[in-house]
Amino acid sequence: MDKIIKYDQLLQLLSAHAKELLREPGVLFWGILFPILMSLGLGLAFTRKQDVIRDVAVITQHQKSISEADSSSPLQTFLDTRTERLPFQSGEPAQYKLVIPNDKLGNTTFVFKQATWDNAIVMLKRGSISIIITETGDGIHYHFDPRNPEGQLNYLKLTAVISGEPRPQTSDSNIEPLTVTGTRYIDFFVPGLIAMGIMMSCMWGISYGIIEKRSQKLLRRMVATPMKKSHFLISLITVRLCMSFVESSLLFLFAWLAFGITIQGNVFALLTLFLAGNIAFAGIAIFTSYHTARTEIGNGLINVVVMPMMVLSGIFFSYHNFPDWAIPVIQKFPLTMLADGMRSIFIEGAGFTETIFPIAILSIIGVVFFSAGLKVFKWH
Amino acid sequence: MNNHSTQTVTREAVVEVRNVYKSFKTVKAVQGVNLLIYSGQFLALLGPNGAGKTTLVEMIEGIQTPDSGDIVIMGKHWKGHADELHRLIGLSLQETRFIDKLNVRETLKLFASFYDLNHQRVEEIIDMVGLKDKCTAYVVNLSGGQRQRLALGIALLNNPKILLLDEPTTGLDPNARREVWSILFKLKEQSETSLILTTHYMEEAEQLCDYIVIIDNGQILKEGTLDQLLNEDRAEKLIAFTLEDDQHISNLDYSEMPFPVQWDTFGKSGSVALNQIEADIPTFLSFLKQHNIGLKNFECRRKTLDDLFVSMTGRRLNG
Repeated sequence: MDKIIKYDQLLQLLSAHAKELLREPGVLFWGILFPILMSLGLGLAFTRKQDVIRDVAVITQHQKSISEADSSSPLQTFLDTRTERLPFQSGEPAQYKLVIPNDKLGNTTFVFKQATWDNAIVMLKRGSISIIITETGDGIHYHFDPRNPEGQLNYLKLTAVISGEPRPQTSDSNIEPLTVTGTRYIDFFVPGLIAMGIMMSCMWGISYGIIEKRSQKLLRRMVATPMKKSHFLISLITVRLCMSFVESSLLFLFAWLAFGITIQGNVFALLTLFLAGNIAFAGIAIFTSYHTARTEIGNGLINVVVMPMMVLSGIFFSYHNFPDWAIPVIQKFPLTMLADGMRSIFIEGAGFTETIFPIAILSIIGVVFFSAGLKVFKWH
Repeated sequence: MNNHSTQTVTREAVVEVRNVYKSFKTVKAVQGVNLLIYSGQFLALLGPNGAGKTTLVEMIEGIQTPDSGDIVIMGKHWKGHADELHRLIGLSLQETRFIDKLNVRETLKLFASFYDLNHQRVEEIIDMVGLKDKCTAYVVNLSGGQRQRLALGIALLNNPKILLLDEPTTGLDPNARREVWSILFKLKEQSETSLILTTHYMEEAEQLCDYIVIIDNGQILKEGTLDQLLNEDRAEKLIAFTLEDDQHISNLDYSEMPFPVQWDTFGKSGSVALNQIEADIPTFLSFLKQHNIGLKNFECRRKTLDDLFVSMTGRRLNG
C-alpha cells in the first residue's frame, strides 16, 4: 500500500532544495545581508539626529553682488556681524557660514553664497539650493518654491535669524524628541522589511524556482518517477519558510542590536502571522508559476505581483499619503495586511485578538491560490 | 504492425503501440504508428529532426497522451497505472538539466529516494556509469558526456524493464558518445532490459540496436533488423561517385544508364546500389567510358541506413 508520507523521499527533497539554496552565494547576500544593509542605511538616515548643511544664494540687488551693495544694508550687516566669512580666492564670489546649533534637532549650517540672479537660478534648478535671498530698496525678499518643504523650512529658520533674533537657541526647551522604541522610523520600517522579505523569498524562491526547473525539463524528469508531487511542493515551501525565518530572525537580531527594536506584542501571534504570510505568498507563488516554462515570462509575472505591493503597501513610507480612495484598496493587498499586522505586534503591542483577522485572511488567500494553482499546474 | 517472427516465439511484447496519432495545432507529429517492442530488445527509432521520434517516445513515457490509438506497457495503460509504470521505466529526456549545485552522488540519492532505493544502489550506479572520480563534483561542473552518463545512471537506478533514451548522445564528441555506448553494451549483455533509443545517428542505431524503425513525418517508413533493412532490395553494396565535369550530369540521358542513379541534391554526386558488385562495376565503368565521362571520385562500400533513408526520402538523416 502506498504510504501518504514517504519520509526518505521528503527528506531527500528537503535536503536537495536546502543545498541548492545555501550553495548559491547570491542567496546569502540578497536574502540576508541586503535587508540588513537596507535597514542599517534607512535606519541611520531616518533615526539619528543629523547635522544639516544648506546652501543659500544671496543677492543684495538683482544682478549685483554683495560687495557692490551698500555696506549699511540689513543683509550685509547680518552677514558681516552674524556669520563667519569663509576663505576664498580672489575673483571668486564671497561665502559666509552660519551655524545654528541645536542639541536635540541637530545643527543646521547655512552657507550663504554670493551670486548673480542667473547663477542663483541655475543653482536652484540643479537642486543645490532651495532658497534665494535678495535685497532691494524695500527690504529683504525670500524666493523659494512654496510646495518644496525644504524651502519652507529654510525660509522659517532664515527669517528668524536674519530678522535679528538675539542668538540661536542651542536647545529648544519646548521640543521633546520622541526617540523611545516604537515611535521611530526604524520601528515602522523593520516590520515592513520583514514582511517584504517573506513576499520576495516566496515569489522568487518558489515561483522562479519552479519556472526554472520547468524550463530545464527537470520538473518533467522528476514527475516521470514515482516521486510524490505533493512532497516536491511541500519540501520547496518548507525550505523557503525556514529560509524566511532565518532571514527575518537575523534582520530582527540586527535591528535589536543596532537600534534597540523590541517586539512589544505577543511573540506567538507574530510567529502565527509570519506563518500565515508565508502560506499566503507560497500559494500566490504556486499560482503565478502554474504554467509558463520560460524564465523571461516568469520574471515579468513575478514582477507584476510584487512591484505594485512593494510600492503601494507602505513598506518604506506610510500608504496613508496616497489618495483617500486608494487606501481601502491598498489595505486589502496581502503585503499590506502582513506588514500592518507585523507593525501592530512590533509597535502597538498587539496580540492574537488584534491580528486574528489578517492571520485568517492571509491563510485563506494562501490555500485558495495554492488549490487553484495545483488544479491547473503544468508539470511537463 | 511490425513482424518480428523469430522474436515473438520466445519473447513477450513489453510495449505495444497501436495505431497512434498525435497532433500539435497544425503539426501532425505522429500519424498512425504501430510498434511492438519485445523484452530484451534494443530498438532504435531513427529519423531526422522533427520526424516525430520524441513525440512518440513521450507518449510511451506517459508524458504526452495520444489523440487516438493505444499504448500498452507490460499489459497496462498509463491511465490508472502511472505509479506502477514509472517503476518499470527508466528514461533520459533530451537536454534535461539537473540541480546545478547538487553533486553527482546527491543527485543520484535524490532520484533513488523516489524509487525507495538504498544508498548501495547509488554506489553501484556510480560505478556502472564511471563517475566514481566525479561523485562529489557539482552537476554544473560536469562535462557534456559526464552529464549524459549521469542522466543514464539515473535512468538505470530502478533496474528498469524498459529504458527510453531520447537522443542520448546528441551534441557529444565521439569519445563521450562511445562511453555512453559502452554502458549500453554492458546493459545488453547483463540484463533483459528493453531499450527504445531515438537517434538521428545511423551509426548509433547500427551499433547498439537489433531492431531499427525508420521514421519520418510521423510515419514509419521501414523497420526491421539492420540486415533485413539493408538486404531488402538485395542491393547491399553501393558505389558512390562524383563526376569530373558537372556539365555531363545535365547532358546524360538517364534512361541509358545501366543502373538507376540516386543523385544528390546538388546534382554533382550520385550513388548506385548494386546486386553483384564484381560484375556490375565493370558495366558501370564501361558506360562512363563509352560516354566519355570522367570521374573525380569513386568509392565502393556497404550500404548504410543513411543510404536507405536517402533512397526513401531524398534527404539525409543528418542533412
